[in-house]
Amino acid sequence: MAISFTLNGKSQSVDVSPDMPLLWVLRDTLEMTGTKFGCGMALCGACTVHINGQATRSCITPISSVAGKKVTTIEGLSADGSHPVQKAWMEEDVPQCGYCQSGQIMSAVALLTKKPNPTDADIDDAMSGNICRCGTYQRIRKAIHRAASEMAGKAHSAA
Amino acid sequence: MATAPVVNRRDFLKRGAAGGAALIVGFHLAPRAFADQAKDQEEKTPNPFDAWVRITPDDRVTLVLGKSEMGQGVFTALPMILAEELSLDWKQVHVEQAPTNPKIYDLGTGGSGSVAGSWLPLRQAGAAAREMLIAAAAKRWEVGTDTCKAKNGFVVHGHPERSLRYGELVVDAAKLPVPNLNKVPLKNADDFTIVGRDTHRLDTALKSTGKAQFGIDSRAPGMLYAVIARCPVFEGKVASFDAGKARAVAGVRDVFEIKTSGRGASTTGGVAVLADNSWAAIQGRKALEVKWEEGAAANESSEELRSQFLANASKPGGVLRSEGDADAVLRAASKKLEAIYELPFAAHVCMEPMNCTVHIRPDSAEAWVPSQGPQWAQAVIAEAAKLPPEKVTVHTTLMGGGFGRRYQADFVMEAAEVAKISGKPVMVLWTREDDMQHDFYRPASYHRLEGALDGEGKLAAWKHFQTSTSIAAKWSQKGADDPGLGEFGTGATLPYLTPNIRIEYTLAHSSAPRAWWRSVEHSSSGFVVESFVDELARAAGQDPLEFRLKLIGEARRIPQFGEGREDYHPLDTSRLKGVLRLAAEKAGWDKPLPKGQGRGIAAFYSFLSYVAAVAEVSARSSAFKVNRIVCAVDCGRAVNPNGVRAQVESAAIYALTATVKDAITVDRGRVVQANFNDYAMIRMNEAPPIEVYLVPSTEAPTGIGEPTVPVIAPAICNAIFSATGKRVRRLPIRSEDVA
Repeated sequence: MAISFTLNGKSQSVDVSPDMPLLWVLRDTLEMTGTKFGCGMALCGACTVHINGQATRSCITPISSVAGKKVTTIEGLSADGSHPVQKAWMEEDVPQCGYCQSGQIMSAVALLTKKPNPTDADIDDAMSGNICRCGTYQRIRKAIHRAASEMAGKAHSAA
Repeated sequence: MATAPVVNRRDFLKRGAAGGAALIVGFHLAPRAFADQAKDQEEKTPNPFDAWVRITPDDRVTLVLGKSEMGQGVFTALPMILAEELSLDWKQVHVEQAPTNPKIYDLGTGGSGSVAGSWLPLRQAGAAAREMLIAAAAKRWEVGTDTCKAKNGFVVHGHPERSLRYGELVVDAAKLPVPNLNKVPLKNADDFTIVGRDTHRLDTALKSTGKAQFGIDSRAPGMLYAVIARCPVFEGKVASFDAGKARAVAGVRDVFEIKTSGRGASTTGGVAVLADNSWAAIQGRKALEVKWEEGAAANESSEELRSQFLANASKPGGVLRSEGDADAVLRAASKKLEAIYELPFAAHVCMEPMNCTVHIRPDSAEAWVPSQGPQWAQAVIAEAAKLPPEKVTVHTTLMGGGFGRRYQADFVMEAAEVAKISGKPVMVLWTREDDMQHDFYRPASYHRLEGALDGEGKLAAWKHFQTSTSIAAKWSQKGADDPGLGEFGTGATLPYLTPNIRIEYTLAHSSAPRAWWRSVEHSSSGFVVESFVDELARAAGQDPLEFRLKLIGEARRIPQFGEGREDYHPLDTSRLKGVLRLAAEKAGWDKPLPKGQGRGIAAFYSFLSYVAAVAEVSARSSAFKVNRIVCAVDCGRAVNPNGVRAQVESAAIYALTATVKDAITVDRGRVVQANFNDYAMIRMNEAPPIEVYLVPSTEAPTGIGEPTVPVIAPAICNAIFSATGKRVRRLPIRSEDVA
């Protein structure tokens, strides 16, 4: 049975087992490999995507539950890496191996949407579900603060 | 799927990979950690080139070399070195993974050796190409070569300045003989404009947009995804299986048994479930019914291993080092100390679980492998496919972490066996549970340290007994003796002055696979030596920093014990003291901390680099927190200081996880821990700020991926003692050890 949802702004329909997690639909069925498999139990955050704007672990999200919803993956964040969070990641040289960073970035974007000027405690709360084995945490923290000021600056000049 | 271009070496040297004219300089990288093997290989290998610089008429400069990028930043640091000598914008240099070729040896990526081992060869290759380009320009202008110079990708001459692009010169330059690489003039370090500058990594954009292709992202038309049911017991085998229910899972295409054997096999095969997608394969494996022949290892446990340790420790070990008479001095000493330290098995836990994609055709094979040792992967696939190695094309992909785990070829062997039977392109995917329970673990070890202090607080004797499940015993032929020196590393090269030293070792038996975990034996040696020195300082009533500086003593070079060569990078006591002093100064060692907080210090020499750390902790009633880690590093000249700092931060967090989180334990021959719920990692809310200070140096660069690991655990445990008076001698630290 086909399941339809919006993926990165475009309508998408897939005909897969309804209990198949969104992660594998993205990676194997649609060959969008930016979203990563890390644990399969929502313990590491490597598979984080946005569903209706909420940071969600796609590895435990059955595709059936996504029907009619809006899914954003790392590929849909910007066409060219120009999202302020991605730019901040590059400025701070956050990634090392880079494997967890799609999930880190998706969690960070969701945080900044809710809290445009997060405190360190907000960052701890929002980002502690994402494991980075290369230990890039302090650079992630700096990059989030950098992105927040960048976005605030833009908001200010727009106003 | 994105793949590295495959080139035949002879064609490559003649024409360049693009097929057109090119200037090519071939050279030879010798990974530092394997220098002796490399020398041995060089004698056996007719043409020692394993790396090339290629400059094409479009001004493109390509560095082709067999190094793997697993997060450590070599694809940024190495082109920086080349660009420096070639006098061009370093961003002009593109790195291309060298194709594996059985006739060209490739010793892989590890031992913190890529920058250290490539520094001189890359400079020589860059300088040779530069000299050839200058000679070509001088000839065209009919001027002396000494009146021309290389500048930002051009050769320039005279006033007003005239210039030729490198690309315009490559055809002529390629006709010139390559200068003797050992004699080619190298740039004066004072003129460096790239090396030594904080530089952004080249791969950050790819890794911030989801575009970076890891092994697990390999996709080929018609490929299947496979997961393997492996016996949970070490060395266990399949007795029988019923595939009926697995085959009934939608999407499952095939179920069959595979066998693996040989040096690289950590499992003895299993039952493969092949499906249209990873999820169906995982579901199919859940439905699969397998009976295991568990074998003798089913009786092994962590408790049983500890009993072995205790029994071994009750008898003298094999003597590895003995100078003076430590036993006699210890017997007679009025002030002596004895302490037991214990470390568990540790898992690598790369964020990208093991995986490998292989396609075996009748007359050739192709594989996409996230590997630190692609040459080994190629040999393993060739053997499985019964093909000559040159018929096996291996694409080395980016790796989601390596840490030593991806030197192994067990997952490659499995993928080759599955692909051989299937005939289709197949990815063998490991789940997190597979990855954690079928790792090659850092050995578990048990240490007894004894020290004697004389009336002046000097070290009168030092004795270190260790029993462990050594790495060498896993890899050597059955029954071969393992003296155990490899389990001490530079822990056997004590920088602290003592006339009486004795080091003993006894092997403990385990079927658990063991191998190289970030910093390998230094991870345990650093903890043990730097904890015990701290205990001695306290017993002597001295400040731990002052005590260390005094015991290290005057400036001298201490040969690395067991290296066999006195001149092989001896430990320089001035550099060790330098990092101790720098870390202490930056941490504010002398500034008092509030009650319930403490500072600890540790320093260690490994991978030819010197690292000291000061940790600050708060500890009260069974809870403790690491508030700050200050690291001082002397790794010679830092090619990319930004990259060096990143590696130190990374190694500190990696070591912190092993210090304060979970142990890998064994029960009934199985690894107990399976996922991040029971083998936890440090997360954002637990990551302390890490400050990194580099000692300015003109020495050649040395290792940086690993040498921070050994100092973190002792610095933290020493800080806990300072805060609470409790000495933690067993890792990981448990809350009851601090209470």
